[in-house]
Amino acid sequence: MLGRTANGLYWMFRYIERAENIARLVDAGLRVALTRAGSSDEDWHGVLESAGVREAYSEVHPELTAANAVDYLLRDTANPSSVLACIESARNNARMVRTALTRETWEATNEAWIDLKARLSRPLKATDLPDAIDLIKRRAGLIRGAFHGSMLRNEIYNFSRIGTFIERADNTSRILDVKYYVLLPSISQVGSALDNFQWESILRSVSAHRSYGWVYDSEYQAANIADFLILKVQMPRSLAYCYEKIVSNLSYLEADYGERHKAHATADAIKAMLRRGSITDIMDQGLHEFLQDFISRNNQLSADISEGYRFYL
Amino acid sequence: MLTAENLPRPPYQNYHEWYAAQDTAHLIRKTQDAENIFRKTGITFAVYGHADSAEKLIPFDIIPRIIAAREWRRLAQGIEQRVLAINAFLDDIYHKQEIIRAGRIPRELIEKNVAFLPQMIGFKPPGGVYTHIVGTDIVRTGEDQFYVLEDNARTPSGVSYMLENRETMMQMFPELFALNKVQRVEDYPRLLRQSLASVAPPGCKGRPRVAVLTPGIYNSAYYEHSFLADQMGVELVEGSDLRVIDGRVKMRTTRGYEAIDVIYRRVDDDFLDPLTFRSESALGIPGIMDVYRAGNITIANAPGTGICDDKAIYSYMPEIVEFYTGRKALLENVPTWRCAEPASLKYVLEHIDELVVKEVHGSGGYGMLVGPTATKKECEEFSQKLAAKPHNYIAQPTLALSTVPIFVNKGVAPRHVDLRPYVLVSDKVKIIPGGLTRVALKQGSLVVNSSQGGGTKDTWVLED
Repeated sequence: MLGRTANGLYWMFRYIERAENIARLVDAGLRVALTRAGSSDEDWHGVLESAGVREAYSEVHPELTAANAVDYLLRDTANPSSVLACIESARNNARMVRTALTRETWEATNEAWIDLKARLSRPLKATDLPDAIDLIKRRAGLIRGAFHGSMLRNEIYNFSRIGTFIERADNTSRILDVKYYVLLPSISQVGSALDNFQWESILRSVSAHRSYGWVYDSEYQAANIADFLILKVQMPRSLAYCYEKIVSNLSYLEADYGERHKAHATADAIKAMLRRGSITDIMDQGLHEFLQDFISRNNQLSADISEGYRFYL
Repeated sequence: MLTAENLPRPPYQNYHEWYAAQDTAHLIRKTQDAENIFRKTGITFAVYGHADSAEKLIPFDIIPRIIAAREWRRLAQGIEQRVLAINAFLDDIYHKQEIIRAGRIPRELIEKNVAFLPQMIGFKPPGGVYTHIVGTDIVRTGEDQFYVLEDNARTPSGVSYMLENRETMMQMFPELFALNKVQRVEDYPRLLRQSLASVAPPGCKGRPRVAVLTPGIYNSAYYEHSFLADQMGVELVEGSDLRVIDGRVKMRTTRGYEAIDVIYRRVDDDFLDPLTFRSESALGIPGIMDVYRAGNITIANAPGTGICDDKAIYSYMPEIVEFYTGRKALLENVPTWRCAEPASLKYVLEHIDELVVKEVHGSGGYGMLVGPTATKKECEEFSQKLAAKPHNYIAQPTLALSTVPIFVNKGVAPRHVDLRPYVLVSDKVKIIPGGLTRVALKQGSLVVNSSQGGGTKDTWVLED
């Protein structure tokens, strides 16, 4: 496969994943605004931060308002991480790698772009938001479904999956890092209404507020939430799950090509770290430090992959 | 569809009966279905110069154009003759130049032509083939009266529409294909790949590796490039994927550099090799021309074939066909005034409101004047351009083009069309039965180019 094609697949799926995650973040933000007494527009700081666009936002909008934040996150194409910009980039990449995709996957992507462009090209009223967010998630789900149902399990599949999981691991770790302080035992008053609220919002951002109850007690506990999102292999948005997938996709490529790269060692080391780790150790060493370190190692892996598989040179 | 006596023309007999039994509202819905299929599939093109550079759909008409087997055989013979003559002509002008020495075509028209590539002099492309893919534009003016409008020997586009139009018709009206025996066009991608593989260069060992070279996703015909690569099962490459290494053209893969043997390029000559042609080109591959001349890559179509698309050269096609085939041309040329000749220029300036004036290197319907529909002011402005640079223009009469029916909201209406059959040349010539029919959607209009608001329809060649 062309290095450029591998690069296009990798980024196509990173952007699809990002679009969906941004939609979830906005969803969780709206939920906070709706249900929490005394919530204010300031709550959107955290959401913008989790999306990694807080500084860029303040360059465009001097004031923080819920409406502007939602607009910036969903449909401002000057924001490269807005849902609309992500779908546009995903579709451009898909066009570039059109020959590597099945007709179903391409059409699902193209239709997602057509629908979301139509939906997000005009400003959204507050009452339209639930529908719009639902449409984003549904469209992303259709792409995923077409992809899983129709693609050969070969190198094309592997690069696409690696893109998905590197992006997802990045997103989950950022969501946690923005809220890490509410998970710190020293600060949080366990069981207080405020904490419950914050914690639920974290879980909601990764669509895990229900599944949490199946794995742990119905009681929210800081350590359990961190454990769930970092170390629980059964949880599809946890860092551990992402690295199980990344490592296995990289190992398929290794078997297929008969070649091992620096990326393999980098990924193996991160996976081993997540396997060994216990949540108590992580909290003791400092959650924030742990997450910062993880984010930079995840970025390093991305760079190692593009180098090893000749994405650019 | 109908004769003067209001009876369906023979090839339309079955279709006409079927159509009479259809409900107009149902057909309007089908037209919308077709549009949705095209949009969903992403069968779009970009119009240059539009601010939003939005992707556009080419309007599709649901009534097929139907050609009888007998008519088609005649046409195909004429096309084959013309394509063979074009290849012989190219071989001649880059080697012995007998046609010039015989005084049948002026030397300066060849050697001063910007599309003539001195780099090709004395070089024989692999298999001796210059134009691997040709899309001859043909119009009809009456029963068995066909004219060639353009030869498109450089990089004819639109074949993906021929294939998708058929696909769409079969999806929407399967019953029509039971009522009519329509010759297949679906084999085109397979035939194209075979044809390209059969002209692999001498340096190719083993199974030839074919790739389609595209300028990238922002090119107006990108959809077609990806479509053809996909349907042929070959790589779609850009210039940035390719490098000359150890005398071969190689593409950067996830496992290192791998050699390519045949390039179907959809990049113009000028951009092909920054070392040989335009030095600022980022679309091409530095050094590919050296690899080509060393016999280690086949470039389709060969560099330098564009000279056949020059409209002044076109005006000599009857002589060219006769010179190389020894027979009169089976297909007619549109009478053409070469404005470089003073007597012609005088005539054209005096009759500009009756003529179609085109730039010799123009294409896509850009830079032309259609006298009969132009305003007085437009004619005057064009006359000035023409007088300033006469060698840049040719002029032709407007032909009484035949019409075919298209579907409009009130039923059917006549519109002017042309036809672009696709021809593959390797050690043999293969003409795909049918081609792309382009329709001028505006009533009375003669301009069928998609960049100027033209549409397309499926083209059926019936079995005997």
